[in-house]
Amino acid sequence: MMRALRNQKVRGILFQILTILGLIAFLWYIGSNTMTNIEQRGIRTGFDFLNSTAGFSIDETPIEFSSTDTHGRVFLVGLSNTLIITFFGIILSTILGLIIGVLRLSNNWIIKKLAATYIDIFRNIPILLQILFWYNVVLSSLPSPKQSIDFLGSIFINNRGLYIPTPELNSTTISVLLGLAATVIGAIFLNKWANKRQEKTGQDFPVVLAVLGAIIIVPIIAYFIGGANFNFDYPKLGGFNFSGGKVISPEFLALTFALVIYTATFIAEAVRSGIEAVSKGQKEAAASIGLSSYQALKLVVLPQAIRIAIPPVINQYLNLAKNSSLAAAIGYPEIVTVFAGTSLNQTGQAIEILAITMLVYLTISLVVSAILNWFNHKMKTKER
Amino acid sequence: MAVYEEKQTLEAPSSTKGFIHWAKENLFSTPLNTLMTFAGIGILYYIIPPFLQWAYFDANFAGTTKEQCTGDGACWIFIKMKIDLFMYGFYPQEELWRLKTIVMLFIAMIIGLRFIKKGSIKFLIITFFFILSLILVTGGIFGLEYVATDRWGGLMLTIIVASVGIVFSFPIGIIVAFGRQSNLPIIRSVCVTYVEMIRGVPLITILFMSSVILPLFFPEGISFDKLLRALIGITLFQAAYVAENIRGGLQAIPKGQYEAADAIGLSYWQKMLLVILPQALKVAIPNLVGAFISLFQDTTLVLIIGLFDLLSTVTIAAADSNWLGMETEGYVFVTAIFWAFCYGMSRYSNKLEKQFDTNLK
Repeated sequence: MMRALRNQKVRGILFQILTILGLIAFLWYIGSNTMTNIEQRGIRTGFDFLNSTAGFSIDETPIEFSSTDTHGRVFLVGLSNTLIITFFGIILSTILGLIIGVLRLSNNWIIKKLAATYIDIFRNIPILLQILFWYNVVLSSLPSPKQSIDFLGSIFINNRGLYIPTPELNSTTISVLLGLAATVIGAIFLNKWANKRQEKTGQDFPVVLAVLGAIIIVPIIAYFIGGANFNFDYPKLGGFNFSGGKVISPEFLALTFALVIYTATFIAEAVRSGIEAVSKGQKEAAASIGLSSYQALKLVVLPQAIRIAIPPVINQYLNLAKNSSLAAAIGYPEIVTVFAGTSLNQTGQAIEILAITMLVYLTISLVVSAILNWFNHKMKTKER
Repeated sequence: MAVYEEKQTLEAPSSTKGFIHWAKENLFSTPLNTLMTFAGIGILYYIIPPFLQWAYFDANFAGTTKEQCTGDGACWIFIKMKIDLFMYGFYPQEELWRLKTIVMLFIAMIIGLRFIKKGSIKFLIITFFFILSLILVTGGIFGLEYVATDRWGGLMLTIIVASVGIVFSFPIGIIVAFGRQSNLPIIRSVCVTYVEMIRGVPLITILFMSSVILPLFFPEGISFDKLLRALIGITLFQAAYVAENIRGGLQAIPKGQYEAADAIGLSYWQKMLLVILPQALKVAIPNLVGAFISLFQDTTLVLIIGLFDLLSTVTIAAADSNWLGMETEGYVFVTAIFWAFCYGMSRYSNKLEKQFDTNLK
């Protein structure tokens, strides 16, 4: 017996059995306590509440919603708002982060220092503080609708939000959109073809220039093919507020601003460290085999820099999705605000609601890490 | 006969040295560069003078009431009059000396620790300081008046939440990181599940859970204070991140170190604590400091579950009917404090990174 205890394998198994027993005992203890507590407090259980009427209204609803809809519908509204803010946050913070990251490496001393200062300032201020600052200080100090600040007489900003004109959905709009989509798809194929040709013949094709040209010319042609008739729905001041066009709420603006400005600092750092990680020898080698500086950047530096920069950037996207939950502090109706907030207070079913909410975020992060693994696998250095 | 005459080497042309050269090289080397320089100066011109004008030249410092503020610039009188609220929340006025004592003790301790070499004594002193602070803050014994946690607030609460989170998440994180590297499959999967679950959800959902669901987990009669619930949530949250960072450090340790420790007959815990962990921590420290910076920033989230941290005191202070409309000053002040803490920590982390760079390879 004592001898068996000294055997590492036996001890390992014993230790694991003890852990499982301990875990089960703990879960059983809190499980039974929870059961009794729920019964005593008269909290309902189960997922029936998803089908019961919510009875409150939501300000921003990308999908149709009225106060007679169910809590299940509330969940969907919250989820779509979370996805919307994440989508815009990712696109805008990537653009800003790329710009700042490249400027950070600029040869220009002032620009370099400005970019570094931007990063040092905004990454060291809590994101919630930034959200509240934009919302409570900047946006709420804007004038009332009657004194709106306007740009070109068609875009208005005031303390109720940003009002932008929306194009009417007619043949012109559709044809321009189709033109843009065709350009993007065409660009992908062009890039593939150009890469293949380069590998085979060594001839370079100016993909970037071609795509930049196409993205300007194609929509213009599409505009005339579609009848050259853009019909905008302009916001107009009537009484105390604007009508027409699209309004972007101050909550959305504050949240997007803060998330983009905060996340961009981390993306900029990732971009910078990716580019800096490519050793000088690589650039010199590229120059010595006669590549132009553009070719060296495109064929030697960027492929290596991207491999290093992308994983942390994707992690930042995940952080952005998680940080969007801070909308709860200013009341933008995403999933934590309306579902884990209002619905939870109405139904009292905290366990079910928080479990669903956490599951949503877990799913998002699992999808993101799956993408990351796929990327890492694809980008693995192919050594021969 | 020609006489060899030593000639002075010529000085470098004046165009290759000095400020002018530096500016030519770094600011005006190409047309694009020149354009960017002017753009940069333009941005600075639009940001810095107006801000200085607001925050210093037009600002009001002297006085005690809102009426003494001229309104052109910042009204720092507001901060001056509300400083106790910002620092200590609603902590009773007559007991503030206790908090001030802790600050003094802390400074004394930091200075004192520089002269003590032995690790165990340092550890004892720090532990003693924490216990003493706990007694002083809470009171209830030694004739000190008890101060309930709902009166705690301001910077003090922020620091309490952050330091409790850091101190308690550390041992939990180490154990979880060990578990994740262990070759016992069940232990490993429990630890992996814990870390990945926590890292996959936002802190706010964990705080909601600890404030709403945690009380349901325990039998009737056991009730947790609101602050304690938040602390539990934050500690469990932070532990997952600490575990992940330490795991990164553990993975950097070459296999030979494990085998060598096994070969000289160390037990598992001896091996991990005496050989592996010290090396792993060295590698992990920069990332750990990074995790602590984000924890410090994340403490602001406790305002969503109704605690009065430094950030939420802005709203409270500005809601005073004598001081309406002072949010901007409040936010700027609080931003400065948070920024100073986080920036200081990240500088410190850079320093540590250089100091510990022993190049393991």
